[in-house]
Amino acid sequence: MTAMAHVSVVRPGMLTTIQDLGRWGHQQSGVPVAGPMDAYSHRLANRLVGNPDGAAALEITLLGPVLEAHGDIVCAVAGAEFELTAGDRPAPMHRAVTIAPGERLRFAGRAAGARATLAVRGGFDVPPLFGSRSTSVLSRMGPFGGRALLAGDELAVGPPPAGPARPAGLPLGLPSGGARLRVVAGPHDGMFTPEALEVLAGARFVVTPQSNRMGYRLEGPKLAHRTSADILSDATPIGSLQVPASGQPILLMADRQTTGGYPRIATVISADLPLAGQLAPGDWIAFDFCTRDEAVRALGELEARLEGSRS
Amino acid sequence: MFDFRVVPAGDAALLVEWPPRIDVETSSRVVSMAGAIRARYGARVRDVVVGYCSVTVYYDPLETDPAALEADLRLIATSPPPASSGPSAVVRIPVRYGGEEGPDLADVAAFAGCTPADIVARHSSTTFRVFVVGFVPGFPYMYPLSGAERWLDIPRRATPRTRVPAGSVAIAMGQTGIYPMETPGGWHVIGRTDAKPYDPDRRDRPFLLQPGDQVRFDVARA
Repeated sequence: MTAMAHVSVVRPGMLTTIQDLGRWGHQQSGVPVAGPMDAYSHRLANRLVGNPDGAAALEITLLGPVLEAHGDIVCAVAGAEFELTAGDRPAPMHRAVTIAPGERLRFAGRAAGARATLAVRGGFDVPPLFGSRSTSVLSRMGPFGGRALLAGDELAVGPPPAGPARPAGLPLGLPSGGARLRVVAGPHDGMFTPEALEVLAGARFVVTPQSNRMGYRLEGPKLAHRTSADILSDATPIGSLQVPASGQPILLMADRQTTGGYPRIATVISADLPLAGQLAPGDWIAFDFCTRDEAVRALGELEARLEGSRS
Repeated sequence: MFDFRVVPAGDAALLVEWPPRIDVETSSRVVSMAGAIRARYGARVRDVVVGYCSVTVYYDPLETDPAALEADLRLIATSPPPASSGPSAVVRIPVRYGGEEGPDLADVAAFAGCTPADIVARHSSTTFRVFVVGFVPGFPYMYPLSGAERWLDIPRRATPRTRVPAGSVAIAMGQTGIYPMETPGGWHVIGRTDAKPYDPDRRDRPFLLQPGDQVRFDVARA
């Protein structure tokens, strides 16, 4: 056996981080969950190379990296649609591809979506922290001191997975210029005027440039509070639409803090979070209210899509 | 006892919420409720998070019946809390007050109309209770344990600092806190401690403080 297979970063791209399905169970100590912005594509990429859903993979944002293989690397890319080149060959998305030692995988022109997941067979073997390999830039937790990857970083690849590969279904449908996201009301909808709820359901909001993995600052008509725009801090689930005194909502995403002090008018349903994770600054969002039962059904349908089952 | 509500916070979390009060009684109910949920559910829920007057339970919507979980949370919230195992131990934290490590001590004294030594005496003779840990890993939000004892209700700095050093002990809005790592921050820094609120190398106890803990600050010898 030679040295373990690894991948080196030739060019890091705009914001490339290692993520698994998140650092759960320590939010009470202020540890953010982090994890992928588009968990569907993360899981799909892992399944395409025979990994368990939670293996550590790369999340690639807007401008992709150039990576070099050391040892045979089997990889797959899911999520945002990039033009891929493996060595001198064009490479498909959503398919396992082998990169020979010394060959480079390049991400070029992005056609749709904001974030892609690159999974390698065996997963990236970086040291876990509290059971997770996710990168939280804000709290500096996770691999590489919790920072985005830089040129010269070397990423060890783990041994091939032992278990049977799980079925890999269809790719996520990507947004084109914007997306309709379903929300359930609350938990603090009672702190807003009835008009605010109508506005939320009827208007279009735009993702501003002040948006990142922590959250998207949205611009649109003002969502008015009845009286106060403050609550005593409580936990902030992913997908929360928190509204500070400005009346302009912030959609909390993967790297959100564990708690927050602004009322949350509605919460994006789990089934639509991957789509939300594919939005970029300039994209529009419209919100549709649904019930919790509808939300769970939608999640079941998304799960069936991942499993590749026809329903 | 029935002054709480259980509401969905999206399709993967339930929020148990008491009236918005910052007091030790509410905080004690919240902390004991969180403990009871962890003991009962363990890994069957994804996370249990304490707020000032709330507990949020994260669950997997495809594995959990939210109506059953909600009913159970109501039951736990209305059950008498388990007998406490006595008063929690007081964590003692040595602080070097003032000087370069506590650059806002004089401003705080001016705000309060007293001397810096008075502020130090007051801060180091007050027992605090940790209500919430958040902002960054390990940052404790603390109020005086005795509700009667009003701590300095000073607003945050008009201009937040872009870099507050790790270990800074700071106050704002009636609270005191400790910065576990260098971050931006708007609280008034009155001293520094070598105690680390978050230390990943402290394997058995990476987080020094949890909601419900009590804290006393001691004047460190120079």
